[in-house]
Parts: sequence; structure tokens; C-alpha cells
Amino acid sequence: MSVTAAEVRAWIGAYAQTISEHRAELVRLDTAIGDGDHGTNMERGMRAAVEKLEATDGDDVGALLKAVGMALVSKVGGAAGPLYGTLFLQMGSAASGREELDLAGWADALEAGVRGVQARGKAEPEDKTMIDALLPAVAALRAAEGDGAELGDALRRSAGAAEQGMQATIPLEARKGRASYLGPRSVGHQDPGATSSHLLLRAAAETFGDA
Amino acid sequence: MKKLINDPDAVVREALEGIEAAHGDTLRVIHDPAVIVRADAPVQGKVGIISGGGSGHEPMHGGFVGRGMLDAACPGEVFTSPTPDQMLEATKAVDGGAGVLHIVKNYTGDVLNFEMAADLAGGEDIQVEAVVTNDDVAVQDSLYTAGRRGVGITVIAEKLCGAAAEEGQSLADVAELCRKVNAQGRSMGMALTPCITPGSGEPSFELGDDEMEIGIGIHGEPGRYREQLAPASDIVDRMATAIVEDLPYESGDRVLALVNGMGGTPLIELYIVYRELDRFLQGRGIGIERRLVGNYITSLEMAGCSITLLKLDDDLVRLWDAPVDTPALRWG
Repeated sequence: MSVTAAEVRAWIGAYAQTISEHRAELVRLDTAIGDGDHGTNMERGMRAAVEKLEATDGDDVGALLKAVGMALVSKVGGAAGPLYGTLFLQMGSAASGREELDLAGWADALEAGVRGVQARGKAEPEDKTMIDALLPAVAALRAAEGDGAELGDALRRSAGAAEQGMQATIPLEARKGRASYLGPRSVGHQDPGATSSHLLLRAAAETFGDA
Repeated sequence: MKKLINDPDAVVREALEGIEAAHGDTLRVIHDPAVIVRADAPVQGKVGIISGGGSGHEPMHGGFVGRGMLDAACPGEVFTSPTPDQMLEATKAVDGGAGVLHIVKNYTGDVLNFEMAADLAGGEDIQVEAVVTNDDVAVQDSLYTAGRRGVGITVIAEKLCGAAAEEGQSLADVAELCRKVNAQGRSMGMALTPCITPGSGEPSFELGDDEMEIGIGIHGEPGRYREQLAPASDIVDRMATAIVEDLPYESGDRVLALVNGMGGTPLIELYIVYRELDRFLQGRGIGIERRLVGNYITSLEMAGCSITLLKLDDDLVRLWDAPVDTPALRWG
């Protein structure tokens, strides 16, 4: 029960597909409280990430994750580029040289990535950002690890926690990013970054939930 | 969506090819990653100045590349921050050995990408200083937001810092000047219509025929509040009051005034705005000593305007009057 290079490739491919399918939804969410480019930017970035992975050989999970991060940093732009780029770069550093990750290894990598996102974006919980989906997902992974859960079960629990965190952004007033300029008018809208983060973890659960 | 384009996905690249074709005598365009750079860059011994941001604000920033202003500009996708690899490429292209100033508008994406770029430039042994502009008084509570946005003062800072760099001032001095200009400048914007990004094809917000949006940014994002449309004199009074009371600008102050169109407002209306602003400031004993009226920092085809004031001193007037030779700003 582990995450290997083949699964990382499948996960990134699945996420790129998911982002394309949800492009219009992400644009709609971002138009409500941002500038409407999140779906378009993530689609462009994930397309580049898939191309980069196709051009990257090897079984080093960390190297693949770093390649995804570099593609996102150079192709997404906006705030999402550095933030998602940092997520994958830090995950890659944590997994550097590893050919497979067990649940603890996956949780370590994701936690390192999320810590990187927080350091770069300086968001706190309940600022109505992607952090609100990512932090609960890490906590759920750690709890599952403590329960001795299988990797697949743990991933499904982390995706579920991310979904709840995403939905919990709806009543929040944004305090970071462009949505914060709206003040109280940001209340009642689901955060687009939390939404794309939930989709990322859901894609992981669906791709290597049975690994 | 009615736009003079070929392909929504090719808007930025095709516009850059147009800029290259039109201004190839003074500019060079690098296409991957996208950078507009002075043809004679790097200028040895001169501080390099770069800026960048989403496209859709033309002429900012690419139209301000040239002698006496920016050495390079990084155009992102429409309303999307450029990426660190563009900024690094620009930084390397303009470094003449005296260091490079990054002028960054305070938008989360711009700030994060420029931070990553500065980290990368440090690895290449290029001295970089970054100054973040944040002159938008429409954002009131900076403790619980991403902070005030960088808007009109950015154009003025690029001109003044460009002049200082041409004079041979050091990186530390040019950066200090940029911070001073930002600290003495304030802006506010309003919209009569939303705009449509080519990527989304939809208006960035809905606005009734009789409504206006006060306190907008420059990325089609909605403003702070929405009101019934009013005469220009009332609108200018509201905007100018917010600006003047924020710094505050006081009787006896000399200012530079930028009356800026958002892209879809004709000059005839911008001059009415200037008339009202001039009267308002005279009433408060504030004298406009230099001015700029036109479309300089736009939001695609949005109708509306922004007002920026900068408190002047003799030093700033001299730098403003110094020669500048760019596609969008040229004198001396």
C-alpha cells in the first residue's frame, strides 16, 4: 500500500482532467469574489504539468512532484502559481529520493507542502483561502495514521475533510487575496482556491485510493 | 463578447507581436518567457527598473518601457500576474551592474511571484530591491485584507524612478525615492461598466444602467459599494475627498494629478473630471503643479476613471520634467 511514481503521474493526469471539467465552475466562483481567472489559470498550469511529467523520466517521486511545482510556478501566474507551485515543490523536497511513499510518507510530504503554502501566502485558518481545505486534510491524514488506517481509507478521509473545509469557507469573510477587498460582500461565496484544493485531494483519493 | 481579437487564448502573445512590430526601434520583445525590454538594455552602470503585472492594463506596463522610465516589463496573462521566470529573465536582461529595482503593485499574485523572482535573482548574484506600491484609499481596513492595492501611483513612480536612474542614482536611492512617492501618493477609482476578459467572455460584475461602482481595483473586481449614478461633480467630490483626507493633503500643498481613464471612457469625460478635480483642490488651497490626463492604467474596456494625487517637492518636479521616451509617455 504505497504511492509510487506511476501513481503520482496518474494523479496529476487525473487532476488536470478534473480541473478542465471544473474550469467553468472555478471561473464562476472566482468571478464572484476575485477576478475570474482561477479556472483558466489552473487549466493552463496543469496542462503544462502533464507535459512536464511526460518529459521527465525516473521513479523518484520527489523529482516528479518538483517537476509539477516548477511547471505550475512558470505557467499559472496570479497567486495560485506560487502557492500551488510551492505546495508541490515542498512536497517534492520532502519526498526527495523516494520511490514510494507509505501513508506516513505521504502525510509528511503533504504537510511539508501545506506548511510551504502557509509560509508563502501567510494565510491563517478561516481567512477563506485554500489553506481552509488543506489544513483539515493534513489533520485527517494524521488522525487516520494514528488509527492505523489503510492508505486508501486515509486518503478518502483527507478528501472528505478537505470538502468540509471548502464548504466551511462559504460563510467566511475573506481576509487574504483579492476577495479580501470585498469585505462583507465576500460572505456567502465558496472560495475558489479551497475548491481547487479539495479537487486535488479528491483526485488523490480516487487515483491511489486502492493503491 | 465583441472584441477585436483572433483567438481568446492568443490575445497576449499577438498583442506583444504587435508591440514588437510597432516599436521595434526602441523595444525588444522576448517571447518565452514574455518580457518587453529596452532595445539598448542593459545600460552599463545604471540601475535597472522593471515592473510587471497582468495584461489588460495597457499602456501599463509595457508602454512605459524606454529611456527615462522602465528598462523592462513582464506582461502576464490578462489580469493574471506574470510568473517568476519572466521576472528573472527581465532582471537579468536589464542588470547593468548597478542592481535592479522591482516595482510591484500590491496584489497578492504580483507580490508572491516577485518574491519568488527576487529569491531566484539572488541566486544569480544580482542585487534586487523590491518596492510594493499600495496607494488605493478605497481599501480601508488593511489589517483584515491583503492591504491597499497598488494602482495609479505605480505609473508616476515608474516615471520618477526612471528619471532618477538615468541621473545615475544608486539602487538604494532609487528604491528610497519609490517608497517616498508611494507614501506621498493616494488614488481612488470608480466604474460605470464592468469589463469582459477574453478568457471568461463574461462581464466581471453586473451593474445596472443607473448604477456605478465606487472603489474598484483595476482587474475588473467589484468595488467597495454601489450607488445610483450621479453628476461628475458629485462623483469627483466623493473620490477627491476620500483621497485628500487620507494622506492628508493640506492647504499650500503642491500636487501632481493623474486623471486616468479605465479604458472605455472618452477623453471629453476625463477632462470634465479634471475640471471638477481642479475646482475641488483650489477650494482646499491645493495647487495642481503637474498633471496627466488620459488612459494610463486601464481595465480593458471598462468605463470609469481613477484619480491619483502625489504631493510634490522641487526634487520630484525636476524628475517629472526630465526627458522620457516610451510608447505611452514621451517628452523632453
